[in-house]
Amino acid sequence: MLVLAHRGERLSAAPKTARPGEPLVSLERVVKEFPVKGGGLVFRSREKVHAVSDVSLEIRRGETLALVGETGCGKSTLARCVMGLHAVTSGKVVFDGTDITRASHAALKPFRRRMQMVFQDPYGSLNPRRRVGSILGDPFDIHGLATGAARLSHVHALMTLVGLNPEHYNRFPGDFSGGQRQRIGIARAIALHPDLVVCDEPVSALDVSIRAQILNLLADLQHELGLTYLFISHDLSVVRHVSNRVAVMYLGRVVEVAPVDDLYAHARHPYTRALLSAMPVADPDGAAAREHVVLSGDPPSPLDPPSGCRFHPRCPRAQARCAAELPPLAPAAGDVAEHVTACHFPLADHELLATTAIGQRA
Amino acid sequence: MIRFLLRRLAWSALVVWLAATSVFVIYFAVPRDVARLIAGRQASEQTIQIVRRRLGLDQPVGVQYVSFLGRLLRADLGESFLTQEPVTAIVARDFPVTASLALGSALLWLVVGVGAGVIAATRRRSHIDHAITGIALALYSMPTFLLGQLLLFVLFFQLYRAGFEFFPPGSYVAFSDSPLQWARFLILPWLSIALGTAATYSRLTRSAMLDVLDEDYIRTARSKGLTERRITYRHALRSSLAPVVTQFGIDLGGLMGGAIVTEVVFGLPGLGREAVQAVAMQDLPIIMGIAILSAVLVVTANLVVDLWHALLDPRVRVE
Amino acid sequence: MTVRSRGPMALAFERLRQDRAAIAAGFTLAGVLLMAALAPIIASLVGHGPGDQFLDIGLSPSGLPIAPNRTFLLGTDSLGRDVLVRIAYGTRVSLLVGVLASALAVLVGTVVGITAGWYGGLVDRGLSRLMDVVLSLPFLVFALALVAVVGPSLTISVTVIAFFTWASVGRIVRAQALSIRELEYVQAARTLGASQARLMFVEILPNVTASIIVYTTLLIPGAIAGEATLSFLGLSVVPPTPSWGNMLADAMAYYRVAWWFVFFPGAALLITTVAFNVLGDSVRDALHPRRETAAAGSREDAA
Repeated sequence: MLVLAHRGERLSAAPKTARPGEPLVSLERVVKEFPVKGGGLVFRSREKVHAVSDVSLEIRRGETLALVGETGCGKSTLARCVMGLHAVTSGKVVFDGTDITRASHAALKPFRRRMQMVFQDPYGSLNPRRRVGSILGDPFDIHGLATGAARLSHVHALMTLVGLNPEHYNRFPGDFSGGQRQRIGIARAIALHPDLVVCDEPVSALDVSIRAQILNLLADLQHELGLTYLFISHDLSVVRHVSNRVAVMYLGRVVEVAPVDDLYAHARHPYTRALLSAMPVADPDGAAAREHVVLSGDPPSPLDPPSGCRFHPRCPRAQARCAAELPPLAPAAGDVAEHVTACHFPLADHELLATTAIGQRA
Repeated sequence: MIRFLLRRLAWSALVVWLAATSVFVIYFAVPRDVARLIAGRQASEQTIQIVRRRLGLDQPVGVQYVSFLGRLLRADLGESFLTQEPVTAIVARDFPVTASLALGSALLWLVVGVGAGVIAATRRRSHIDHAITGIALALYSMPTFLLGQLLLFVLFFQLYRAGFEFFPPGSYVAFSDSPLQWARFLILPWLSIALGTAATYSRLTRSAMLDVLDEDYIRTARSKGLTERRITYRHALRSSLAPVVTQFGIDLGGLMGGAIVTEVVFGLPGLGREAVQAVAMQDLPIIMGIAILSAVLVVTANLVVDLWHALLDPRVRVE
Repeated sequence: MTVRSRGPMALAFERLRQDRAAIAAGFTLAGVLLMAALAPIIASLVGHGPGDQFLDIGLSPSGLPIAPNRTFLLGTDSLGRDVLVRIAYGTRVSLLVGVLASALAVLVGTVVGITAGWYGGLVDRGLSRLMDVVLSLPFLVFALALVAVVGPSLTISVTVIAFFTWASVGRIVRAQALSIRELEYVQAARTLGASQARLMFVEILPNVTASIIVYTTLLIPGAIAGEATLSFLGLSVVPPTPSWGNMLADAMAYYRVAWWFVFFPGAALLITTVAFNVLGDSVRDALHPRRETAAAGSREDAA
């Protein structure tokens, strides 16, 4: 559905700097729970929101790893754990070989230069009462890298880099359109040439016609600055064109990880199949011929996730084992090592989700 | 609900304790010789020593504090420096006056304030609305004592000159003796406290109602054919009352201040006037006693309002 | 053609300039300010000092104040002093206490409010409880108690008023800080590595200033009224220094025979407080215009 105007390549050019392909960020069994505050003078936590449960994932230098899932699956929380904005409940976060899990605010500061974030909402991510030049000057100010005229020239350069008119640096965010504001947000993120940029649904709030431009911009920047992207989205059509690898999340757990072409052609997990079937496709005839999966029930609450495989209450293929035993992330039969699935009964290529009855195996 | 009540009670007790402690701090820890104050400027050193010992001022501060708290718990507020009369007796004598003043004003301001606000809101932008808004502005801008003086001048003095002695100031007749006279002497004082606050309430009610009247569900009600009156009173007013109730709780605290000045302006023998006279005479136990009592009264009033809130809105109990 | 970008403050100012009530109030207050500044000059122009007692020409044969005439433009008070001059000097007291106490209250309230709202947790609980306590204490009674011991003065006046008003500012600022804290641009600044202080005062504070300004302009008339009340009870400036409150207190005994003695100070007080309130309302309307055009985010032109 999206056409990248003048780019045929993916957002994953190998950077000129060393170590492409090696893990830049490593998440090991990360758990993040939020206590739900009970009442009273004394702080009592009764229930917990299980936002992220036991996620292990790798982000390799130079790649674009997409993280997809429904709202509430924990992908944004996970991203914030990577960034150190949330303290993880348990597990390890390793950035370029250094364990930053329990790092203090001060210790994290040098790492802040190396990983940055582009936010979803172009209208909320910029302080309406500050001028754009001031906002873009923040990274240089906070890390004491440049002041005065030098800083201003950096700001001008940044604005040019993302396609904005540098003379507008004295304007307020309210004077810019949504797409332009997102460019400002991107400029802010790459100001200090970080290693990792987490893009949290960067184009979801933009008009479809603008999306291509922003995605192109992100591609260009990755190429020029050697960036690594963690690209969060719920929109699979966007993801397809921008990523190298895709990780699918459901209710706080990763259910499938694969190189992008593999995922779209050979999805193994029932949930992934369901997501793919919901993707809008431009060809009306082709749409009729596609697999049409309708999941039953509502997504359960992260306060009380189902036992075993969390997808089992809605899965047409679920059996007793699914409720009892948590499926490990492992390659399904015949898959490359890169493609892992967390399912006791992964789908084979020719199997259709909607028509598979319980007990029938391919 | 019980838990909520207990929590609020604990909190109220804490506030009262803090109030009492601050009163203590002001009097005993401030570097001014209280004994000398009492004994008088011409007193000899010996007299001062006697006074000091009598008041227990030669004890260390800690001991004084504990005995102070102990006496409070026994409802012993000490004795007047000047007349030796127990402060609790003085307070008991003055209390009905202040209570009559306070309760009457509160009722009056609620009724007048909300009423005026509703009228202004329902006749938006009419002459009445502008008039009410303008008068309200003047009324709540001026301090209570000024309003009292104004009322005294206009409603008493001018009428008096014209031959009608309606609302003479300066006396108090107990309700039990004659309700009519009781009210007669209290009307101007009531008005002087109530009108200012009523003005705030009318603004509050007016703006809250204007917001509500713009809501979609009111439009639906109108299109269903409900009369304007019914819409105003049954639907719009109910939703607009929430901020009023909250404000009422806050204003209960300010009642004491209003009562003080009003009693001075109109010469009513209540707690307020007593306190002011005590300041002039430097009769410390009386002021201390009244200060602590006021804190207790305000806290109790707030407690009652909170309970009322909690009864109406269960969400309040959970926080 | 250059397009000048105007920030939210400049836009608000524009709105204010077109508000007739605000302009009227503004002129009134300018007049009040002028009177305060020029008090000594007024005194020398009429030839009467604020404390000068003219027992011969200033009082009637029976010793009562005399009505406004050519010598005493607004009449005299119980001691034969020029009411006009005393009102002018009284303006100084009112404005000084009003503005100073409000400024102090707002300063303390803002710092406490932002700190409580930003840090949350125990810090917030503690500070909120503190604010609740301060708000539950009855103002005038405690002012009386304090003055009974320490003696009346201007400083007491300012301190007491500031002490009893900072908490209401604090509560409002705290509520705002709490909601702003969750906004994305604050998160963004955090990811950049901004320190706590920077987050509080560079990111949150500018978004709270609008409310603070409104609140300050609305606090001032309350502080002026408060000071007048305190002087009325003899708890503020010490006589013979004139203040509107103590003039009105003196006038109490004479209202039947000397209406000017009550009327003019009373009018001065009323006019000043009303003007501030009108200005405050206009400032609030300018900074938070009702029914703003829906979502500025509906414009999606070329990026």
